[in-house]
Amino acid sequence: MIEALEILTSASLWAAVLRIATPLIFGVLGALICERSGVLNLGIEGIMTMGAMVGWLTVYLGADLWTGLAMAAAAGAMMGLLHALLTVPLGLSQHVSGLGITLFASALAYYLYRLIVVVGESPPTIVPFRPLDLGPLSDLPFLGPVFFSQSAPTYVALLAVVVMGYVLARTPLGLAIRMTGENPHAVEAQGVNPIAIRIGAVMAGSALMGVGGAFLTTAAFNSFFPEMVQGRGWICIALVVFASWRPYKALLGALLFAFFDAYQLRLQTVVEGVPYQLFLMAPYVLSIVALILVARRAEVPAALMTPYRRGER
Amino acid sequence: MTAVLELTGITKRFGALTANDDVSLSLAQGEILALLGENGAGKTTLMNILFGHYAADAGDVRVFGQTLPPGRPRAAIEAGVGMVHQHFTLAANLSVLDNVMLGSERLVRLRSGRSAARAKLLDISDRFGLPVDPDARISRLSVGERQRVEILKALYRDARILILDEPTAVLARPEAERLFATLREMTQEGLSLIFISHKLHEVMAASDRVAVLRGGKMVAERRTAETSANELAELMVGRSVVRPKREAHAIGAPVVVASGVSVAGKLDDISFAVHEGEILGIVGVSGNGQAALGALVSGLGGPTAGTLRLGDGDMGSLSARALIDAGAARIPEDRHAEGVVGELPVWENAVLERLRSKAFSRGGFVRRGAARAHAAGLIDRFDIRGAVPDTRTGLLSGGNMQKLILGRNLASSPRFILANQPTRGLDEGAIAAVHAELLAARAAGAAILLISEELEEAVGLADRIQAIVKGRLSRPVVAEDADARRLGLMMAGMWESTDAA
Amino acid sequence: MRLERRAHVPLGLVVAAPVAAIVAALALAAGLIAAAGVNPLTAYGEMLRGALGSRLAITEMLTRATPLILTGLAAAVAFRARLWNIGGEGQFYMGALITAWAGHSLGLPGPLGIAVLMVLGMAAGAVMLAGPAFLRLRFGVDEVVTTLLLNFIVILFVGLMIEGPLRDPLAFGWPSSVPVDGDYRLPDLVPRTRLHIGLLFAIAAAGAVWLVLARTVFGAEARAAGFNPRAASFAGISLPRTLMGVALLSGGLAGLAGAVEVMGVTASVTTTMSPGFGYAGIVVAMLAALHPAGVVAAAVFVATVFVGADAMSRATGVPSFIADVIVALSLLTMLVALLFTTYRVRQ
Repeated sequence: MIEALEILTSASLWAAVLRIATPLIFGVLGALICERSGVLNLGIEGIMTMGAMVGWLTVYLGADLWTGLAMAAAAGAMMGLLHALLTVPLGLSQHVSGLGITLFASALAYYLYRLIVVVGESPPTIVPFRPLDLGPLSDLPFLGPVFFSQSAPTYVALLAVVVMGYVLARTPLGLAIRMTGENPHAVEAQGVNPIAIRIGAVMAGSALMGVGGAFLTTAAFNSFFPEMVQGRGWICIALVVFASWRPYKALLGALLFAFFDAYQLRLQTVVEGVPYQLFLMAPYVLSIVALILVARRAEVPAALMTPYRRGER
Repeated sequence: MTAVLELTGITKRFGALTANDDVSLSLAQGEILALLGENGAGKTTLMNILFGHYAADAGDVRVFGQTLPPGRPRAAIEAGVGMVHQHFTLAANLSVLDNVMLGSERLVRLRSGRSAARAKLLDISDRFGLPVDPDARISRLSVGERQRVEILKALYRDARILILDEPTAVLARPEAERLFATLREMTQEGLSLIFISHKLHEVMAASDRVAVLRGGKMVAERRTAETSANELAELMVGRSVVRPKREAHAIGAPVVVASGVSVAGKLDDISFAVHEGEILGIVGVSGNGQAALGALVSGLGGPTAGTLRLGDGDMGSLSARALIDAGAARIPEDRHAEGVVGELPVWENAVLERLRSKAFSRGGFVRRGAARAHAAGLIDRFDIRGAVPDTRTGLLSGGNMQKLILGRNLASSPRFILANQPTRGLDEGAIAAVHAELLAARAAGAAILLISEELEEAVGLADRIQAIVKGRLSRPVVAEDADARRLGLMMAGMWESTDAA
Repeated sequence: MRLERRAHVPLGLVVAAPVAAIVAALALAAGLIAAAGVNPLTAYGEMLRGALGSRLAITEMLTRATPLILTGLAAAVAFRARLWNIGGEGQFYMGALITAWAGHSLGLPGPLGIAVLMVLGMAAGAVMLAGPAFLRLRFGVDEVVTTLLLNFIVILFVGLMIEGPLRDPLAFGWPSSVPVDGDYRLPDLVPRTRLHIGLLFAIAAAGAVWLVLARTVFGAEARAAGFNPRAASFAGISLPRTLMGVALLSGGLAGLAGAVEVMGVTASVTTTMSPGFGYAGIVVAMLAALHPAGVVAAAVFVATVFVGADAMSRATGVPSFIADVIVALSLLTMLVALLFTTYRVRQ
């Protein structure tokens, strides 16, 4: 029992929390901006898989890591465009289209990977993002490893939270996105095209999801393999609800989830006689519990999942 | 006088329906033009074309001499046209300032100019006498305040021409009068206005000129001073439709009695009684508790205090199904949302409430033959046009859909009928048909609770009338004593003073 | 350009929609096959041969179609009532697991035992969906996320059981559950192939589901509640009861798929026994436009693609993931095709 508590004071646990949270932060921000504009994007799981593959492949084929992230974002945005075209101008079921995107994007990612990469005994690898060395800051006890020795994309993720919080709350574009998610008719009546806003938001959000996936293959791991996203996309969809569609709460949610994930991994090594599957289950179970706790209080964007057709009310 | 706005040869078709047929119209500087017509005459379509929500199939729109590109609301806004929609286009969870500001700035900007916007909004609000709190959430505002925000939105974008679609639909008489006074003052500031209406009295009272639409065509234009309500009524309806009249007859024993009924946050200590062969009218401005009252007597929820009785039984505890079994009929407020399942055929909707009865199912299986025959009977008896039992219900016109709902409810000779806004959105012919059916049910001894926002309807049908204001009910007045002024005051919540007088 | 609702949907269009969707999906995937340096026509030819070219191939394909019919029905039943059951995969595994467990030690004669195991499998699947349905009714929790997350939880649970209490001591290598008793293996439909009578059960299930949805009071109420919950509720239909009924039926069908697969094919449970039957069931249901009869045809199509792709991959070297691409694409193209059956485009 003492050992279980001692883990909590180890810097490596808290460093892992930020690292595990990073793809979730990108994913949850992506899902959040889609939903704030009124579009549920269940394509997230597949888009993250696609991002993971494209980001990794770009680097494997010789480009640098940042180009890899950019290509992952572009691939994500393309998948987002497909989802947006089906659900916004055509007004098709967001649930079914999103699932279709997930199936399509992951299948395409696996297919292209197999087509382009020769896989031998073990999957080929790249040199991933390294922890930054911020000199004296990184050498600080505890704080150094936790906050100042993360890989660069982690800091980008944190910055993205701030940027999204600012854009949504303080800029005309953010207001237009929020209002489109609340009442697209009001947006149209003010001379702004809600269809364009939704398409743009879904593409931007999907680009973030793509980057989240790419973090897995360019920073957390160094290779791509099937099923590697492991439901992180679905977790993000749950986290958006948990966060009541607010960026800072979404960050908090991602960190909480990452904490449980990192902690259960370490607990496995000290608690004996409990099957490891129970530990692995914990984060998923906690996500469901979190949803139950917040569901009644959640402030859902009023026009979420309501297709907008001009002239129809 | 110069024309600030000209519509020429506007034609718009939706499938087989021609909503606007070669309509031309002009608006002069500083003028208030009323666009009069029945529901379905094409008024709203015409204004939506003017504002750019729709692109016309033919014809063009000129504002201050310049032709507007079709289908672009932004172009209309920039040309100085503002529209106040009947169904407010406001985001309820955002603030007044948010709603007003949207679209007024370039979208890609590092920061919204909120303080400047706030100052401008307050300035306009002050100049036009439309007080508003910029930081209030729309969801906390009353309907009247929301309408004010809609008008401010247009003025904030420097509208010189204002279009108001059925602006008084949600206002009590005194509020409506105040609104028209404000609009009149706006013309002094150089604005020109079009308001859409189907209410003759306000057209006569508030406009300079009237244009009458019927069946998508412009049938007449008159100076308001040179016409009369009677002439306009004839022009609007095109044929003489006479609404059926209520005959005096003996009223029987009470059927539904509410004593001191409350529903938390919605209804406050209300009492009423509806008797056999009686229509009790509940009048009021939209949003004053009618929905809660409707839900209560539809079996969708029970009272939190007080008793509600149907005959000898406790009505408050009955579910919708039990209520139907106990002989209650319910005509819901919103046909499309609550009345029918549009995707299902007429016959399924015809038996939806009684699927589990012996007449329409056996051993868990639907008796399709019996259900179809029943639907065919309803179509015949209630004159539901353009329908066979297999027609998809969503394809029916509003009037025929309402006749189907009436038929479903009245066929079983109920002892109690809730009629919640039974003629909303219907044209004069359909209104007359619905009224005739309700009066026939009354003659057959049913107790009818009529909830209506149309004073004329309530006065025409009801034996006694109560007003609903902020979830409270006035004492009943006998219809013969209910003149327009007294009802207007009751609906504004001033019944205590009238009682005292 | 605008979309306008059709007054009547011609029957020809209803049939044409999935055909057009499949053709479009195959055409789009042809580009990817060409990118692998293989003539798409050759590849599709190999695919057809691999799935339909011999008696054995056809029986393999139908063996694969059997669980897809059942998971497809599960999705169709739920989606019709606007219950977004994405948990077919988890329900499948729970049905399979309970069947293996009970089938190992059940002391009942063969046919009765098989019936009992099928009921148990259905019950396990039904319970798995009843939970999310309850959470939606009681707390307003979206069932999409809960059913998706449950898939992961169930797979871990299956892993836990087959490495623990249900581990087969005789199995080597990968952990596997104890097998069902030989008495409870479903008889072969075609001798010396893997095709078993479960196919007939699945087709019978499609007929039964059609009967329930199209002819019973429950079916009518579920349809009304799916299209317009407010109107259904106003008409006195109990939404919670209807939704729960749909959940039990849908989850039960997916659970039955797991039970039938264990009794008919695998005998025991592993964590890789389903190549995504639950998710593919969603595609099957959509391709069928949620119609039970269409589900059978759509399942045959999806099974043809999967079985054929393996053979095609061996023959041409095109990665067999092309099957998943084709199936996913056909879901997306079917969505668009469905739009044009209910709406027409007007200028």
